[in-house]
Amino acid sequence: MTKNMIVTGLAVFVVAVLSPFWFNLVTTTQAAPEPELLGLAKEAKTCVLDKYDMRANHMSLLNEWRGAVVRNADRIYVAANGHSFNMSLSTGENSCLGCHEDKAKFCDACHTYTSVNPYCWECHINPKEIQ
Amino acid sequence: MEKSRRRFLKVAGIAAIGLGAAPAINFAASDSHGSGAAAKVKNETALHAERWGMVIDIKKIDDNLAKKISLACHIHHNVPDFTHEVDTQLYPKTRPVNHKQEIKWIWKEKFHYAFPDKEDEFLNEKFHHLPFMVLCNHCKNAPCVQACPTQATFSREDGIVMMDYHRCIGCRFCMAACPYGSRSFNFRDPRPFIDETDPDFPTRSKGVVEKCNFCAERLAKGEQPHCVEASEGAIVVGDLEDPESDVRKLLKEHYTIRRKQSLGTEPSVYYIV
Repeated sequence: MTKNMIVTGLAVFVVAVLSPFWFNLVTTTQAAPEPELLGLAKEAKTCVLDKYDMRANHMSLLNEWRGAVVRNADRIYVAANGHSFNMSLSTGENSCLGCHEDKAKFCDACHTYTSVNPYCWECHINPKEIQ
Repeated sequence: MEKSRRRFLKVAGIAAIGLGAAPAINFAASDSHGSGAAAKVKNETALHAERWGMVIDIKKIDDNLAKKISLACHIHHNVPDFTHEVDTQLYPKTRPVNHKQEIKWIWKEKFHYAFPDKEDEFLNEKFHHLPFMVLCNHCKNAPCVQACPTQATFSREDGIVMMDYHRCIGCRFCMAACPYGSRSFNFRDPRPFIDETDPDFPTRSKGVVEKCNFCAERLAKGEQPHCVEASEGAIVVGDLEDPESDVRKLLKEHYTIRRKQSLGTEPSVYYIV
């Protein structure tokens, strides 16, 4: 094997391995969508946890909630900020969707962007969908 | 005790594992989202009981009322009806209906199916025509709970046998274990078969078992179960452990029977006949 072949092979290898980076350099990425606050959520200003905590941990919070509601029959969440919430995705005014009225703009915007498909909505009902 | 290098190394090794595991255990036990002051509590208006039970006065129920009772339960819990015509625009890919499939929470049953051990050759004629409302018995020794490998079905402290649909893997062991046939399996997505979806209660998904939950979601808000409200006084729920409760008063005044008592599951549903 000649020296040239080895060098060419190495060059091809480096280009191939770094291809995701080249790809990112030549294409533009879409900016992450901001969840839109509407109606009650806009007026409320406070959520269950603070904004950054909520962004990072809302799934583990929902997981805790479903355990508390189904298994312990505890249905009210008194948050550290003193407000109490109905531990439900979609039932009642004080639930997630009761406050964040538009699921498409609040939940789906980010979930679609990050290719996350939570199966919550296979059972839980978005009140707007059935109207 | 003999002191050898081998023994010293053994003990040192075990101690090292212990020291290493402590921070990991502490981390696992800590609250993941750091909301130390947050609390999860019950509704102030929630109804409490040491053991929920139900008394059904069969003499007060006729066929119309029986239909009304199961309809009230099924509509509010989004129980699918496979005789329902599917809206082909909303659900274009739905396969034709298999009418043998059925999902039910509370329904009308004939005496000799509901009480096979009380069948008698010369039974009073009226028993053959009475509509016995049957549902999950929320047994004290629930065989379904023992059979469930994932603890998706479990006995709550207040005696209600609950389904945690998030955990159900659809193995149907509970259905095989239940001597009352109170459980139904979702062989398909139930949504196309629900006429009017009630937004206050989730539907189920394909592959989970479902059954009556004693309207736990209503008791938690201080409301009576749907069947009780629809029954015009024929069905009463209350605390079986409380001698002053309405159900205990009814049990004192009337002769009651329970389904398949000899199996020892201790059903919490009583029938006044």
